[in-house]
Amino acid sequence: MLDLKNIDAGYGAFQALFGISMQVNAGEAVAVIGANGAGKTTLMRVISGMLPASAGAMTMEGTDLRATAPHKVVELGIAHVPESRRLFPRLSVEDNLRLGAFIPSARAHFSERLDYVYGLFPRLKERRSQFAGTMSGGEQQMCAIARALMSKPKLVLLDEPSMGLAPVIVQQVFELVRRIRAEGYTVLIVEQNVSQVLKVADRAYLLEVGRMVQSGSAAELAASDEIRKAYMGI
Amino acid sequence: MMFGFFSSLDCSLDIFFVEALINGVLLAGLLALLALGLNLIFGVIDVVWICYAELVMIGMYAIFYFVQVLGLPLPLAFLLAIGLVACSGALLHYLVIRPVLDQPPINQLLVTGGVLFLLQAAATMAFGIEFRNLGIRLGSVNFGDMSFAWSRIITFAVALGAMIVLWQFLTRTYIGTAIRAISQDRQIMPLMGVDQKKVYLATSAIGGGLAGLAACLMVLQYDIYPQIGLQFGPLTFMICVLGGLGNMVGGFVAAFIIAQFITIGGSCVATEWGYAVAFLFFMLVIFVRPQGLFGAKS
Repeated sequence: MLDLKNIDAGYGAFQALFGISMQVNAGEAVAVIGANGAGKTTLMRVISGMLPASAGAMTMEGTDLRATAPHKVVELGIAHVPESRRLFPRLSVEDNLRLGAFIPSARAHFSERLDYVYGLFPRLKERRSQFAGTMSGGEQQMCAIARALMSKPKLVLLDEPSMGLAPVIVQQVFELVRRIRAEGYTVLIVEQNVSQVLKVADRAYLLEVGRMVQSGSAAELAASDEIRKAYMGI
Repeated sequence: MMFGFFSSLDCSLDIFFVEALINGVLLAGLLALLALGLNLIFGVIDVVWICYAELVMIGMYAIFYFVQVLGLPLPLAFLLAIGLVACSGALLHYLVIRPVLDQPPINQLLVTGGVLFLLQAAATMAFGIEFRNLGIRLGSVNFGDMSFAWSRIITFAVALGAMIVLWQFLTRTYIGTAIRAISQDRQIMPLMGVDQKKVYLATSAIGGGLAGLAACLMVLQYDIYPQIGLQFGPLTFMICVLGGLGNMVGGFVAAFIIAQFITIGGSCVATEWGYAVAFLFFMLVIFVRPQGLFGAKS
């Protein structure tokens, strides 16, 4: 579904990603793990077009992503749930969801999709007319995921969904990730919480200082001594 | 405090006071409409169109030209003028604002200031410095000893109606929702599939359209001359800042406050004093609340 070959990217003179190659197949949940500053968020931003790649090839179901305008990427079926949620704090929950359905193909099914995400997250229905910024962190993450699902995506990019949340809420967020997997979405998730994310993913890549250094099934990586020492504190 | 000030000027609570009060409310409709356009542009694009009142002036001259020179019927002239000023707004964004979008605010202010003088000069060249009007006489309505011009009543009603329509647009449509969202987080708009450039252009056209509508209402009451922008531009800008720049509801309330200072001050002393008192009030407010009456603390 998603295919990256030798992608380079950076900010000005600073190169953050070096020759990244990776695939995500339909129906999979793939995790990218790594330390803070390894380039995980940059990778997500490159895929969704927020940051242009400087070299390499990148396709979504055969369509050249590097030649696609940033606001057209979501029309290819890629929905990005950005780091720290990035809801519109002074818009209601429902207005946030409406913006998730901004693309023409989603507008046509707005009320249908709204019923669908409210069914998935009944809490959001209770809070529909509340400003998104007044909700708790866990509820905001729920809303950010729901907003992404409004466009009826094929691939959902989740950038550090557990960041900044209390441990109890982190458990709930990974439960949300399991649920959207169960709904049949393909998921690419970036996390620092390695032990948790390897429980929900099928496969994983390890990113270190901008380079992919290891990949394999989630079980393999979870069993690797190096990863257990460096990222899981065991 | 306000009433105390004016009563010391021998302005007791009589029928003239009530008349001035109601005229203030009627004037507030027009001022609120003007402030709304400027606030919309600032709220979305984060740029102040210092030449906003000059767009209104262009609209007024366009109506004058359509009616007096081309002999078009007034309603058609109004529609054409709204369309023309809406296009001017979009053009202003495309040609003048877009190249300086990432530059410091002072540069943006100065380029729109340049447009202000350009439009004034162009109007003077084309129409001269004479005061023009369409000779429209709508008469007035009397309540006892009080008299209110129909032109003011119509202006108030249409301005209020336009604001309600705009509010519906901003809250009920996708593009309207995007317009309200964009200042809260510009960077993630593409993730929603929103093309920021299109939102800016649409907002500029709507802001221009509002200036065009204001022009239609103003030709009913005011003479047209190249410097009319100086009469309304600073006032509009001050109302926006008083209400909290970019805050559309704040601008609406501020328009009603300022209009009262102008009409009550004007009826008690002289019109010029009304403006001065309004600006004095403004200065006192921003000493205490730099962000305006309804602005969020930055």
